Amino acid sequence: MALSGIQIFKLTPRTNCKECGFPTCMAFSMKVAAGAITIDKCPHISDEATQQLAEATAPPMKTIVIGKDAAERKIGGETVLFRHEKTLVSKTLFAVQFSDTMTDEVIESKMANIIKVDYDRIQEQMSVESIVVKYDGNKDKYLVLIEKLKSLGKIFILACTDVNIAKEAIALVKDTKPILVGANKDNIDDMIALAKENNVVLGLNGDTVEDIYALVETAEKAGHKELILNPGTTEMAKTFENTIEIRRTAIVGGDRTFGYPSIVFANELSNGNQFVETALASTYILKYGSIVVLDDINYPKALALFGLRQNIFTDPQKPMRVEPKVYEFNKPKEDSPVLITVDFALTYFVVSGEIERSKAPAWLLIPDAGGLSVLTSWAAGKFGGTVIKNMIKECGIEEKLTKKRLVLPGKVAVLKGDLEEELPGWEIIVGPEEAMQLPKFLNELV
Amino acid sequence: MCIERYTKKTTTDLKEVQTLAYKKVAKKYSGKIKEVTIGTGDKAITLGGRNVLPLHAFDGEVGQSPKVGLEIVDEVPSDWIDAFANLYGDVQKDAATWAKYVEETYAPDFICLRFEGADPNGSNRSVEECVETAKKVSESVSLPLVIAGSKNVEKDSEIFKAIAEALEGKNILLLSAQEENYKTVGAAGALAYKQKVAAESSVDINLAKQLNILMTQLGVQKEDVVMHVGCAAAGYGYEYVSSTMDRITLAALGQNDETLQMPIITPISFETWSVKESIATEEDEPNWGSIEERGIHMEVSTAAASIASGSDAVIVRHPKSLEAIKYYLNSIIG
Ligand code: B12
Ligand code: SF4
Repeated sequence: MALSGIQIFKLTPRTNCKECGFPTCMAFSMKVAAGAITIDKCPHISDEATQQLAEATAPPMKTIVIGKDAAERKIGGETVLFRHEKTLVSKTLFAVQFSDTMTDEVIESKMANIIKVDYDRIQEQMSVESIVVKYDGNKDKYLVLIEKLKSLGKIFILACTDVNIAKEAIALVKDTKPILVGANKDNIDDMIALAKENNVVLGLNGDTVEDIYALVETAEKAGHKELILNPGTTEMAKTFENTIEIRRTAIVGGDRTFGYPSIVFANELSNGNQFVETALASTYILKYGSIVVLDDINYPKALALFGLRQNIFTDPQKPMRVEPKVYEFNKPKEDSPVLITVDFALTYFVVSGEIERSKAPAWLLIPDAGGLSVLTSWAAGKFGGTVIKNMIKECGIEEKLTKKRLVLPGKVAVLKGDLEEELPGWEIIVGPEEAMQLPKFLNELV
Repeated sequence: MCIERYTKKTTTDLKEVQTLAYKKVAKKYSGKIKEVTIGTGDKAITLGGRNVLPLHAFDGEVGQSPKVGLEIVDEVPSDWIDAFANLYGDVQKDAATWAKYVEETYAPDFICLRFEGADPNGSNRSVEECVETAKKVSESVSLPLVIAGSKNVEKDSEIFKAIAEALEGKNILLLSAQEENYKTVGAAGALAYKQKVAAESSVDINLAKQLNILMTQLGVQKEDVVMHVGCAAAGYGYEYVSSTMDRITLAALGQNDETLQMPIITPISFETWSVKESIATEEDEPNWGSIEERGIHMEVSTAAASIASGSDAVIVRHPKSLEAIKYYLNSIIG
């Protein structure tokens, strides 16, 4: 929420001393409001006023940094409700939940899963970023568990509403910028004190938006503004409503009391059904979950959720493209096949991944296809016979070949006839529709 | 002294601006999604009817809960993973038996019968054969039917026309009419035989709007049109689908744009079961675990994301996806 010139004027001493280079404080204030000059150019402005201005012009939602070193991540900082309005900035993080009532076997297995599900998708490392450690009544086990989970190197989220236990737990991980999801109506003051003292992010639990709002006000009044809001763990409908209300109040209503990230326990809401959990987690990727807690992680879940997240958090203003040129795979030779695809980053990474996996030597040509997928660019007239022919003629690949074989994406099989005419001397081969069939296809080709 | 006084005053001024008491930012929209009914009798379903964003029951009239249909095919599918053969067995050999089995065992809101066998590059089943199958399926179930084609625009126009005629009175939904064939499909489907028609466009709000307008100009009532605004699997350009639906929803509700107030149907399964995550074998991807679970997660994730963006009906393939999405919908909007 930007301040008007008048509002800024009220922050100046209103003495018209001209030291800022402007004839009046009002003239100066108008310039500040327009963003042409910063308020510190007035030597008489009070620190308090400067800080107020900074707060008043800050984005509607705070950005909170959690975790340390390699585990460090940012959450929050959003400025819109829908990605097409501008972009969503902080991707949803995932967490897996542990508790002191779990058997060692379960704990070991979840730890192993977290380590196992860690892969690259289109130049983004995909893994669970954080772990929730929930206190369920067994203090000794709880503390031992936290100690044990340190080896994972993930962001700690301690779910514990007992202040005394939380104090001991925090002591174990306070250097890692953890989150303590522990405050509620009954313990808020003690929790704030604990969070402040250890400089940790405090999670606020409430069943209604009014409760959560009151908790935030209490925390802010006490000077603790590193917060994350938990909109509920028992009822799917109410939790969804609260999550929406909170974000909307901040972004549309401009009320910064709700300008904090959220943590949603999809695991606890989904009644033990992993597919329901995926439905909820997917919904909260779109609808304002800053951290989404899962019961466990495995590839079947991760492939879907991380893929969706990667899509939703791409910046709509920056289409993802790769450079049009000739790419080489597995040391191609003069008789290796020439594959062709488009310059849409997603397509490139899917296709290149499969050619690598095939271990077969191959050339991959990428013309300028407008940064669109195979069918989209074809439908838009940017990936047709002429474009492909020009690419081949201009890139100099022909001089390197003794055997000229061009493999088309299966989805544009219709181009075969055209290309046979346009490129005499070339054998035009229709490849499979899905890139995943490339390894088999390429190995049978040679 | 003077300076101090001013600063103090300023501080309180700003505080007043900042500490608003909690005020709900209610969203009231002037527009409303139209209601479209498919099927007949007790089992008929109605899509749309909301004047709030998807799932935002707390804002106003949430209308009809989104509907979930199961997909079946007119011939034994050749590219479905083995899990489906294990699930359905011989039932798949006859579409009518399959439909009945689905209705009795899984009770979806509707059945989507897809005529893959009509594909000229596949089994190329004749229009008569397709009509025969459609009739038998229709006789064996009481659930509403959505009829999908083979993705061959010309052939689909023919079978849609013939099936619309043969199933007159059943109030089926033809999925779908595209820019290239909307005249045939719209005229035969909606005008001549009073069926419902889905207008399919390619992930673009303007294209969706344009096709709706063309359909209306043809004489098709808005109440007979559903939109299919495109789909992609999660991770495969899905963000465009989601943003297109967001924009359509905001235009329909916020700007009261009548040309975009038709409910949306999204055939999730048509996309999610052909991507690598759902079909790579366990030998090829030993780390990835159960192929069946992968496919369900992909389908459930994409379906939930689509519902949250504005789909009033989704089509899924796996009964477990149906179950999960129904549970999710019941829990969120009852
Ligand atoms: C997202 C999207 C868009 C986005 C573009 C995003 C982008 N960067 O491409 C937007 C919204 C901009 C868009 C626009 C249009 N789109 Co569009 N779009 C899609 C959508 C939903 C997903 C595309 C995608 O990202 N796929 C994922 C990538 C990875 O797929 P891919 O590139 O095909 O790659 C796969 C395979 O082809 C294969 N492969 C790739 N390369 C190679 C190479 C070899 C050698 C081999 C063997 C295999 C192989 O591997 C990959 C994975 O298996 C599809 C529908 C769908 N579900 O596919 C429609 C779709 C492609 N669009 C379509 C159309 C018509 C259009 C428009 C022309 C609409 C219009 N009239 O304006 C415009 C054109 C754009 C323009 N004028 O600028 C149609 C195409 C119809 C057809 N069959 O020709 C589709 C199929 C939708 C539909 N059903 O109608 N679109
Ligand atoms: S320097 Fe400060 S007090 Fe002096 S005129 Fe400029 S704004 Fe006013």
